[in-house]
Amino acid sequence: MTSETYPTPSFALRKWLVLLLMGLALAALGARIIHLQILDDTYKRRGEGYINRQVEIPANRGMIRDARGEPLAISTPMPTIWVNPKQVDLEDEKWHQLAEHLQLSSKQLADRIRSKQSKSFMYLERWADPNLASQVSALKLSGLHITEEPKRFYPAGAVISHVVGFTDIDDVGQEGIELSFEHWLKGSDGLKQVLQDAKGHTIEELGITREVSPGNDLQLSLDLRLQYIAYRAVKEAVVRHQANSGSAVVIDTQTGKVLAMVNEPSFNPNDRTQLVGAALRNRAVTDVFEPGSTVKPFTLLAAMETGAYQPSTVMHTAPGWFAFKGLTIQDVHNYGSISLTEVITKSSNVAASRLALEIGREKVWHLFDRVGFGGYSGSDFPGESMGNLRGPDTWRQVELATLSFGYGLSVTALQLARAYAVLGNDGERLTVSLLNQDALVERQQVIEPKLARQMVEMMETVVSARGTAPAAAVPGYRVAGKTGTVKKLGPTGYQNDSYLSVFAGLGPVSEPRFATVVVIDEPRGKAYYGGDVAAPAFSTIMSGAFRLFSVTPDQSGAATIRIAAN
Amino acid sequence: MQTFDYLDHTTTSPIFERIVKRMHLDLPLLLALVLLCGIGLIALYSASGQNINVIEAQLKRLSVGFIAMLFAAQIPPRFYQFSAPWLFSIGLGLLAAVLVIGDINKGAQRWISVGGFSFQPSELMKLFVPLMVAWYFSDRPLPPRPLETLVATILIVVPVFLVARQPDLGTALLIGSSGFAVLWLAGLRIRTTFYLILTASACAPLFWMLMKDYQRQRVLTLLNPESDPLGTGYHIIQSKIAIGSGGLYGKGWLNGTQSHLEFLPERSTDFIFAVFSEEFGLFGIIFLMAIYLFIIIRGMQIAIHSQDGFTRLLVGGLIFIFFVYAFVNMGMVSGLLPVVGLPLPLVSYGGTSLVTLLIGFGMLMSAHTHRRLLSS
Repeated sequence: MTSETYPTPSFALRKWLVLLLMGLALAALGARIIHLQILDDTYKRRGEGYINRQVEIPANRGMIRDARGEPLAISTPMPTIWVNPKQVDLEDEKWHQLAEHLQLSSKQLADRIRSKQSKSFMYLERWADPNLASQVSALKLSGLHITEEPKRFYPAGAVISHVVGFTDIDDVGQEGIELSFEHWLKGSDGLKQVLQDAKGHTIEELGITREVSPGNDLQLSLDLRLQYIAYRAVKEAVVRHQANSGSAVVIDTQTGKVLAMVNEPSFNPNDRTQLVGAALRNRAVTDVFEPGSTVKPFTLLAAMETGAYQPSTVMHTAPGWFAFKGLTIQDVHNYGSISLTEVITKSSNVAASRLALEIGREKVWHLFDRVGFGGYSGSDFPGESMGNLRGPDTWRQVELATLSFGYGLSVTALQLARAYAVLGNDGERLTVSLLNQDALVERQQVIEPKLARQMVEMMETVVSARGTAPAAAVPGYRVAGKTGTVKKLGPTGYQNDSYLSVFAGLGPVSEPRFATVVVIDEPRGKAYYGGDVAAPAFSTIMSGAFRLFSVTPDQSGAATIRIAAN
Repeated sequence: MQTFDYLDHTTTSPIFERIVKRMHLDLPLLLALVLLCGIGLIALYSASGQNINVIEAQLKRLSVGFIAMLFAAQIPPRFYQFSAPWLFSIGLGLLAAVLVIGDINKGAQRWISVGGFSFQPSELMKLFVPLMVAWYFSDRPLPPRPLETLVATILIVVPVFLVARQPDLGTALLIGSSGFAVLWLAGLRIRTTFYLILTASACAPLFWMLMKDYQRQRVLTLLNPESDPLGTGYHIIQSKIAIGSGGLYGKGWLNGTQSHLEFLPERSTDFIFAVFSEEFGLFGIIFLMAIYLFIIIRGMQIAIHSQDGFTRLLVGGLIFIFFVYAFVNMGMVSGLLPVVGLPLPLVSYGGTSLVTLLIGFGMLMSAHTHRRLLSS
């Protein structure tokens, strides 16, 4: 071959040059790798940062139950569908199927995702129907994720929604007990160290950095069964009398616990579209009104405390009205000369104002103050109003006269119920509580037991055929109470066609258990007297309470019937 | 010279060695290749997420590759020399055909289908270009004269240009470097080499203009990967992180996290070196490189012991291709070179390059084992 002439040493030299070149290249490569692996740990640390992440473990919010353990608010994990727009390939045919599942057009879905193109997280549907979630999951779309997120459910719905309240979309309490006991219910989120892949899927849980401590459960004093009865009764009254709104409160007179608290209009906390407007207000504690005649028992008690008045003491009310410093105080009829008991039975304004003017403002104020008007009830309900009871120094004589029958001060339904509970509890005032625990109750004797009992018996006449509210009577039980038909204060003073109908009462008279207040705001029908509008609801609620709590009937006739039946 | 070639001492060789030799195979080279492929399978098992199907497919390809190597080793070098111009012409024709009728896949036109069997003509040119250049110089006095150098340059540049048009920059680079390696080994003057390098540098801006946007982007990414960490820089950042995570000893087989958690793209194919580095660390890399180095040195040894210019140049060119393959792949995975899309030879998952490489080693062994027949 001709190449035999080629000088071999030259090739060897070139070979060495080639090897030198390769050696240099390998040295560069080796240096590079040593740099990456040994000398510079930036990349190593960066890699660890990519995959080692801390993830929150959401704490389950505590459950709210009623006094008997019925669930009122429960947190349940629900599937939430979200996407990482960066990982989404909208060309994939399956996105059309997803859009169908979510009841969106393909374009709407694509637009929504494009609008968040630079983000790596976007909700598609929170708390989706589990069936929908499993269908969507079966599509196996890249960038589509489903994670479980707790959702708050309110099984009792509108019946108790004002008291329980609700949480916002991030599970933070917004109203009611959910708000006032936020810290108790919330618990604290945990943290865990996890290994994630590039798509954000958790591959392995490495350990818990911070233990999750679930929220505490909370038991309310309310009884869902009674709550339901009260809600229906108030709603019925509001509908029948075309009223604006209505409230009812039932307090256990012996413990101060609230057994029922309802309002109409109400709302369904499970439906977020309803969570706006006036219907959210727990009117029984936030709204104040002038209590009208329902304060007369307290005016009379103030007089009886002086010792100068007995239930049988006679008052002169003829001719059914009297003029005082430019003001005319009127009764519905001319009752003539009547005993104090009959003042309650007939609800005489004339007698009440005369009594108040005779004993003086200090004594009236003092008694009002003692039964809790103008002060917080102790319920700690968010937004609770304390009403308004001005100090006696500011009362003019005319005002004293009208205060005696419930104008010039304002109360909440809860305050009024609490004041009646004082009468039912032999004059002992309790702080009211929405929780099912006795430890926090403060007791204070504010009225002489004998006088309180006398007043209850006087009020029993109200529900008799002679009284203003026979409709409040409960068959088989002795109940007592007082009507109130209050002219509402409008922009031009007291209005003649706008009323608030109230009935406040308690029972059974022989050993009172429940104090109940029913308030119906602005009935528009022919009937507007408390005895016609509010009293029937009172009767329904009280008979329900007697039955639910197995209270022994104390009306002699009824007892006989029961024995006969046995 | 024979004294250096310890393999030629047939007197004490065991029966196995004799069989290997009878089959025209080179035992050290064969063992090194098998070891490398074995390491490849181990790395692939991990990189594929312990997918046994991938291993099976790769084993099938390896069988085809080794059988092809065995065949290539049986063919005497004289035949290669004789058929070089024909093979080169056919390859060139196919390359031209690809540009016209080739299948388009992932934006590149590289494949040609003949009767349901598709292959990449550019793969063949990795063998045919060094073969052709070696043939061209085989019956000419060396060192080459300027005119011969020019002809050889044209023989190299034309296929390189055709492959680059597909576009397949990695393969074009391989073909070009193997051709020029042969040219250089043939005795290109140092001065001429400088001229060529100068000309190439002068053409660089022209080359830049001819490059596609994504190719330019890759070069820019190499210079500063952080400029686009989620786009073009993603590959390179992730593979650097994977290599960096390996440390001195590695995380252990199947324990790599960067590679297993879907951070690393193309981890079974072009970026398998990153998986290997993460799991076996610096020591593993040193071992892997030692095998590559052994194969290269053994190849150079065979080239030196070649008895004629043709085989010497051919073996030199083939071994250089192998070196460029390994170096460019490791270089791009570790961020030293731009991403050109070359697999790690005999380790990465994938068929065509595997078979081509093994055929090349078959030719190399043929050059070595047929030598004795001539000398004795």
